[in-house]
Amino acid sequence: MTALASILHVVLAITLSPLLLGVINRTKAKFAGRTGQPLLQAYYDLGKLLQKGAVYSSTATWVFRAGPVVGLAATLIALAFLPLSGAPGLGAFPGDLILLVYALGLLRFMTVLAALDTGSAFEGMGASREVQFSMLAEPVLLLSLAALAICTGKAGLSDIFASLPTLDSLQWVPTALLASVALFVVLLSENARIPVDDPNTHLELTMIHEVMVLDHGGVDFGLIQYGAALKLWIFSALFVGAAMPWRIGQPVMDLLVGVGGVFLSAVFVGVVESVMARLRLIRVPQMLASAAVLALIAVIWAVR
Amino acid sequence: MEVVSDILVVLLLLSNLYLLAASRITACIQTVALQAVVLGVIALTSAAGGLTLVVVSVTLATMAVKGLVLPWLLRRAIRGADVAREVEPFVGFTTSVLVGAGLLVISVVVAEPLCSSAPADVSAMMIPTSLFTILTGLFIVVTRRKALNQALGYLVLENGVYVFGSSLAIEEPFLVELGILLDVFVAVFVMGIIIFQINREFDHIDTDKLSVLKD
Repeated sequence: MTALASILHVVLAITLSPLLLGVINRTKAKFAGRTGQPLLQAYYDLGKLLQKGAVYSSTATWVFRAGPVVGLAATLIALAFLPLSGAPGLGAFPGDLILLVYALGLLRFMTVLAALDTGSAFEGMGASREVQFSMLAEPVLLLSLAALAICTGKAGLSDIFASLPTLDSLQWVPTALLASVALFVVLLSENARIPVDDPNTHLELTMIHEVMVLDHGGVDFGLIQYGAALKLWIFSALFVGAAMPWRIGQPVMDLLVGVGGVFLSAVFVGVVESVMARLRLIRVPQMLASAAVLALIAVIWAVR
Repeated sequence: MEVVSDILVVLLLLSNLYLLAASRITACIQTVALQAVVLGVIALTSAAGGLTLVVVSVTLATMAVKGLVLPWLLRRAIRGADVAREVEPFVGFTTSVLVGAGLLVISVVVAEPLCSSAPADVSAMMIPTSLFTILTGLFIVVTRRKALNQALGYLVLENGVYVFGSSLAIEEPFLVELGILLDVFVAVFVMGIIIFQINREFDHIDTDKLSVLKD
């Protein structure tokens, strides 16, 4: 039954993740009083991009072509270890949280390399910003997962999220709360959402993620967009694991509740984007440092 | 019960970190007022001798003075001095937050031997958090330029002392409790007047510029 839930989770993540972008956009549109784009817009975009051909610069090497493919593969690997309430990861083993974090690191590394390979100074600037912010976001992610690991005494991601609600003493409540706030900040930062980066803007001065993929077109760009949607799903699932650790007891039902939670967190992202302005670039490290301190408090709480 | 106490302590911790990171002085004043309310609830939930009339009235008086009267006084001083934010503290805001993390670790280590004497039903993090509040207050007093923020740091320091008392379930005599409250009130009152006077005399409240004064 749990194996079925795991497989179902991967299938749902692969099919539904572009819908998350639609939900975020719809939420923002509701706040602004607009009708907004169709919920399935991300699917239409992907369909259009996949039918196009790709154009490659004559100065770009194989690294540029490998970037999107390896990036998507790394994201899929991370997805295989991702638990969502009730459904453990497909290939769960003790210590897989490090693998998940570094599979996402590989995705970032390949995107940065592909951006640098184009030789454009502009893309180099984007790559530098991306690396700077993710350097600050990665410790936050690892620290908050470590806090949950210490709290439950388990080393596997699936075990951690499965045993969180079964702990006797309620000591885990503050840890889970603090860790979920820190994870949400990481979600916003790693997925280029508003307080850090504006996904809709094409204004050169503010771009981080968008600027790195400017030279990709057609199928490659489709793969990158799809990978970004999957990445959003992965971070939302981690956030839901820490923020909604309740179980019904029936794996498939739990999974459906978890999927609901993932979409709820997409709505939450939309609300944050509607009520906040983008931070100035020099303020972003401060936000990430505060999140790191939150994660550190979660660790201290778990150790005691 | 321990969960309630835990969440209150988390709130206290977060308010300290916010004070270290925030530059807008009105926001800082509101946070200190919120801290006073959290302190009152902590004192009420962890009162060792039960909720007697004396305990309740002293706690409510503390909450009223620290949560309403003092913020009102400081807000009045802001209007008089016409400052909205701390522009360039001696230690930057990001660094302050990181130093805050270091202070928290120090207070957890230092509080280790004290924790065994704490009552069982309060959060295990209460004593470290009270020490952290004291250290945060000291840090704000030392690193901020504006006299108003230094007054706020003094208030945070006093809040830390207060929560330290209630975490060890020390039943202070009624008169001592009232005396401390009066002291704090008078201190902040005097600070408010001094800030106003400094501002009227020098057109700013940057304390570091006062060190070069000669007669």
